[in-house]
Amino acid sequence: MTDTSWALFALFLAVLLALAKPIGLWLAAVGEGRLPGPLARAEAAALRALRVPVEEMDWKAYAFGTLAFSAIGLLFTYALQRAQGFLPLNPQGFGAVSPDSSFNTAISFVANTNWQGYGGETTMSYLTQMLALAVQNFVSAATGIAVAWALIRGFARHSSSTVGNLWVDLVRATVWVLLPLSFVLALCLAGRGVVQNFSPYASVTMVEAVAYTVPKVGADGQPLKDAAGRPVEETKTEATQTLPMGPIASQEAIKLLGTNGGGFLNANSAHPYENPDAFTNFLEMLAILLIGAGFCYALGKMVGDTRQGWAVLAAMSVMFAFFAIAAMSLEQAGNPAFTSIGVDQSASATQSGGNMEGKETRFGIAASALFATVTTAASCGAVNAMHDSLLPLTGGVPMLLMQLGEVVYGGVGSGLYGMLVFALLAVFIAGLMIGRTPEYLGKKIGAFEMKMVAVAVLMTPLLVLLGTSIAVLTEAGRVGVQDPGAHGFSEILYAFSSGANNNGSAFAGLSANTPFYNLMIGMAMALGRFGVIVPVLAVAGSLAARKRTPASAGSMPTHGPLFVVLLVGTVLLVGALTYLPALALGPVAEHLALFANR
Amino acid sequence: MSRPRLGMFAPELVRPAIVDAFRKLGPRDQFKNPVMFVVYAGSLLTTALWVQALVGEGEAPAWFIGAIALWLWVTVLFANFAEALAEGRSKAQAASLRGMKKESWATRLREPRFGASSWKQPANELRKGDVVLVQAGELVPCDGEVIEGMATVDESAITGESAPVVRESGGDFSAVTGGTKLLSDWIVVRCTVDPGQTFLDRMIAMVEGAKRRKTPNEIALAILLVALTIVMLLATTTLWPFSAFAVDANRTGTVVSITVLVALLVCLIPTTIGALLSAIGIAGMSRMLAANVIATSGRAVEAAGDVDVLLLDKTGTITLGNRHASAVIGAPRVPDRALMDAAQLASLADETPEGRSIVILAKQSFGIRERDLTKLGASFVPFSAQSRMSGVDMPGRRIRKGAPDAIARFVASQGGTVSIEVKRIIDEVARRGSTPLVVAENAAVLGVVELKDIVKTGIKERFAEMRRMGIRTVMITGDNSLTAAAIAAESGVDEFLADATPEAKLALIREHQAAGRMVAMTGDGTNDAPALAQADVAVAMNSGTQAAKEAGNMVDLDSNPTKLIEVVEIGKQMLMTRGSLTTFSMANDIAKYFAIIPAAFATTYPALEALDVMRLATPASAVLSATIFNALVIVALIPLALKGVRYRALGAGPLLRRNLVVYGLGGIAIPFVGIKAIDLALVAFNLA
Repeated sequence: MTDTSWALFALFLAVLLALAKPIGLWLAAVGEGRLPGPLARAEAAALRALRVPVEEMDWKAYAFGTLAFSAIGLLFTYALQRAQGFLPLNPQGFGAVSPDSSFNTAISFVANTNWQGYGGETTMSYLTQMLALAVQNFVSAATGIAVAWALIRGFARHSSSTVGNLWVDLVRATVWVLLPLSFVLALCLAGRGVVQNFSPYASVTMVEAVAYTVPKVGADGQPLKDAAGRPVEETKTEATQTLPMGPIASQEAIKLLGTNGGGFLNANSAHPYENPDAFTNFLEMLAILLIGAGFCYALGKMVGDTRQGWAVLAAMSVMFAFFAIAAMSLEQAGNPAFTSIGVDQSASATQSGGNMEGKETRFGIAASALFATVTTAASCGAVNAMHDSLLPLTGGVPMLLMQLGEVVYGGVGSGLYGMLVFALLAVFIAGLMIGRTPEYLGKKIGAFEMKMVAVAVLMTPLLVLLGTSIAVLTEAGRVGVQDPGAHGFSEILYAFSSGANNNGSAFAGLSANTPFYNLMIGMAMALGRFGVIVPVLAVAGSLAARKRTPASAGSMPTHGPLFVVLLVGTVLLVGALTYLPALALGPVAEHLALFANR
Repeated sequence: MSRPRLGMFAPELVRPAIVDAFRKLGPRDQFKNPVMFVVYAGSLLTTALWVQALVGEGEAPAWFIGAIALWLWVTVLFANFAEALAEGRSKAQAASLRGMKKESWATRLREPRFGASSWKQPANELRKGDVVLVQAGELVPCDGEVIEGMATVDESAITGESAPVVRESGGDFSAVTGGTKLLSDWIVVRCTVDPGQTFLDRMIAMVEGAKRRKTPNEIALAILLVALTIVMLLATTTLWPFSAFAVDANRTGTVVSITVLVALLVCLIPTTIGALLSAIGIAGMSRMLAANVIATSGRAVEAAGDVDVLLLDKTGTITLGNRHASAVIGAPRVPDRALMDAAQLASLADETPEGRSIVILAKQSFGIRERDLTKLGASFVPFSAQSRMSGVDMPGRRIRKGAPDAIARFVASQGGTVSIEVKRIIDEVARRGSTPLVVAENAAVLGVVELKDIVKTGIKERFAEMRRMGIRTVMITGDNSLTAAAIAAESGVDEFLADATPEAKLALIREHQAAGRMVAMTGDGTNDAPALAQADVAVAMNSGTQAAKEAGNMVDLDSNPTKLIEVVEIGKQMLMTRGSLTTFSMANDIAKYFAIIPAAFATTYPALEALDVMRLATPASAVLSATIFNALVIVALIPLALKGVRYRALGAGPLLRRNLVVYGLGGIAIPFVGIKAIDLALVAFNLA
């Protein structure tokens, strides 16, 4: 790692941790309904006027509400894509999106995944972007926040049959948390040059015509291959360039703050209109992890012991540091295949060095590798570099981060509830080891909680491993793979890891906009989201009903370094044990093969 | 205890256990344990593949598949053996208990009084409410309550304690246990249980049924183990398509064989804890019985591990049962000898230990000999709950000894008062932790006899240990708060409840429970029953009343109040053993991955060899070594499962750190060494 990399990493982590407390205080205040007077009055009046039921709900009602709310969002998002050709704010005159792609995109945005099988600027009208996609960016993130609040209440309350009111939580998460933050961030981004308009796309004549080769695409939309299995390419020349426009800055902000990741443009945050410079890049990375880190402090605040929140935050930060430093160093080290033919990959005043394939020169190695870590530590999935072009083991970093369940800060709300599921698992085994019925944050953990924890922990490995198996076994799955061997396997594994864990980033090599992948990944996203939310809410309900046990010298401390080690160990061990064989056949095999012969 | 103790691997236990290990190979037995059922299914599958390899085209060399199949069967047998061995110990205990259920005849009485007409009836037909007469030399035919008479009873068959105990009607020593033997006199007993419900029946049911009834933590752990098994099932079964894809894409090597995948699966699922889980549970109940405690359920044993607050009666638990007179302090202008003389007179007919000790003190320190009360024309006034004093009435002299307030009332009724000086003496004695017994003659207070409480040796260390475990100890006593505070300080308890009444005791338990704490207590009297019923862990003394025993969820056959501490340790040990072996089992997986993954894909991705940090001889020996290690570790851990992880009274933090290092880090490191050693052995003997 270069000095610049260290400096960037240290500055980023410092700013993030410094912001965790203020954000956490606000998240706790809003979650507990402690709003400043005028805001509280305005909210109460609005809720009354809209006849929103504000009674407390038990976990089943809360879970049912979440599912119903998301189902309606799903239908709406699907319908709008299908009907966009007849609707206004469509200067490019895009027609209806195909049924399977619409289905996939609708689930993707409702499940806070923002897996994109489509290219934004060539598919979606401004209306669809704003009314379908951006709205889901807000409410899917709000759903995550609401579920996390409900789980924290499960710990904080005792002998209670309810976990809060979903509708009030959704309103508060959207109006008091996501909207104000997005507003500020959108202005900052627009100020640095991110586009925000309703103009039709601009067409400009280039200084010189460009000749380029593209893979030839067959009638089925898939790349053609010659007899040897190599893709067939054709040469084209272009003199003019189309520059996409649109209300990008407003959507960019919530894309990051809500850990959605769905870019307005196909190139996502690698595109200068979404992410123009190093400063916006820093802001964007910060925005991705901001709420996730803040939620740890909110946990401590809401359960009445801030040390508990810091411990969880520390566990996440330890893992983040490990993965970020690994990704940055591996990428900076460069590709041995280039070294052997005499290419200079060292960092100097004139070049960033390292493996620059698939990266923007304005970001370089450090800001790209860090962004890749950040976006997969959270369930964001925005990218500023192509993950497919990362070195094998560096590519394994985002993959593993997603497979661990995105609990390193994680998605808004989902990161914390995912981590708390691991915490329950950790204290269960540790609790037994000290000879007591396991307890966490004063709540005893019984068979019901373990059952739900098991469901939540099993859900995503099931989807990832089964989905990948089906894909590699079927022709429909294998045809979309761009690269041979271990890397091709990584592309499929990455796609399912990203979908099931609601990340949404892609190893771009896989052509995933096919009915097969749209359907498979669509199901993985839906089950990966709601198959975890429902058991988490069940845990919340069960814990809320329990009595609170005061801590004693005999109960396990969950605020010290020992617990941090235990939690990190549990996350890594469960993740490693589940995915190690698959990773061995993907990134590990590719890495060893690449480095073995040099 | 008189029951025979058997060594862990005593031949008379091991031989039947080996037979049972094979007997348990039926699918129905195997299905009960999901983790081991997966191994069982894997054994069947690899055996079928072996047969296929023998008769025709196999997916791997027949010797390799055969060896894997053999070791998988051995794994299943080892798990069966562990369970059978634990069961065998219980069965031996049960058998020795059953031996006591001799066929005997009872003398049924037509009416519940001595001398009523009677007839003979088989003891096992006695029902609740039946009244029987038991005479010297006979066995008590049922669990019951003495309603008339008094006798010495040999309870060694149940408690192992050879000294005979006295059982009499009324009071707290009225319970008798079926199967014990009357040594003298006679008693009339009302049976309190129906056939099949007796103590012996319950003990037998407890040791034999330990396996069937799962405790809440056991259920939660079982869920976790099933979840881990499913994860590993997913991780290994999906390897086949992944491997097929890799072979197809690289056009080199062969797809991983099912045999290797089954071996990998068995190595990865938590077989160590899965195989030993039921043995741990059975052994825990066995240990409880060895400590002479009968628990009504495993749940109660487990709850003992969670106890936050321990309520202990002062008398008998913290102090030796009896207080004895240690000094006399006369009121101003009353010579000590005169006071001693009066106190001795008041105590001559007093049969309580305190009374006896006053007579002894008079003789030892003042040389005052015993006198004949009748010659003095004295009449004894016994202690009563209302007056709270005792004494003698002689012509012109009314001597009383009793609690300060009772004596104050007594002298006041005759126009006297308790002087400031005497009050000061009383307070001083109380502050020393002794009980002041005030002696008065007519309207004059003569002085104070100091009754000293003897705190048991070693109890202070015990309480310090409890504190480190995070358990608060509360002393319950009928003494006033001054005395209680002194004893509390001397013995090192955390809190005390003075002037305790049954209601106050109950209220204290409820208060702790409302704050979310788990409360344990011991009790023996009928007035303890409500508190026992309310406590989370309630140990009743076997010598106590039937009401107390029914209210508790454990009965201590030795009637030793400090037993509660042992019960807590056994409860904790059971949980710790399960937790530690689970951690160990999971930590083992890391080494197994390093052994098997490079071996499994050696033909497709030779570069993966870099992961083979153990440098194992061949892919076949790597897979075989991991499988053999996995089987052997079960046998190696049987002693730990049966004995339990050693409990140390440390705080939760240090204890966890210690166990994490031993079972977590140890669990990671040991298999690297073990697998390498087995690999070397296989090569040395040309087996792979």
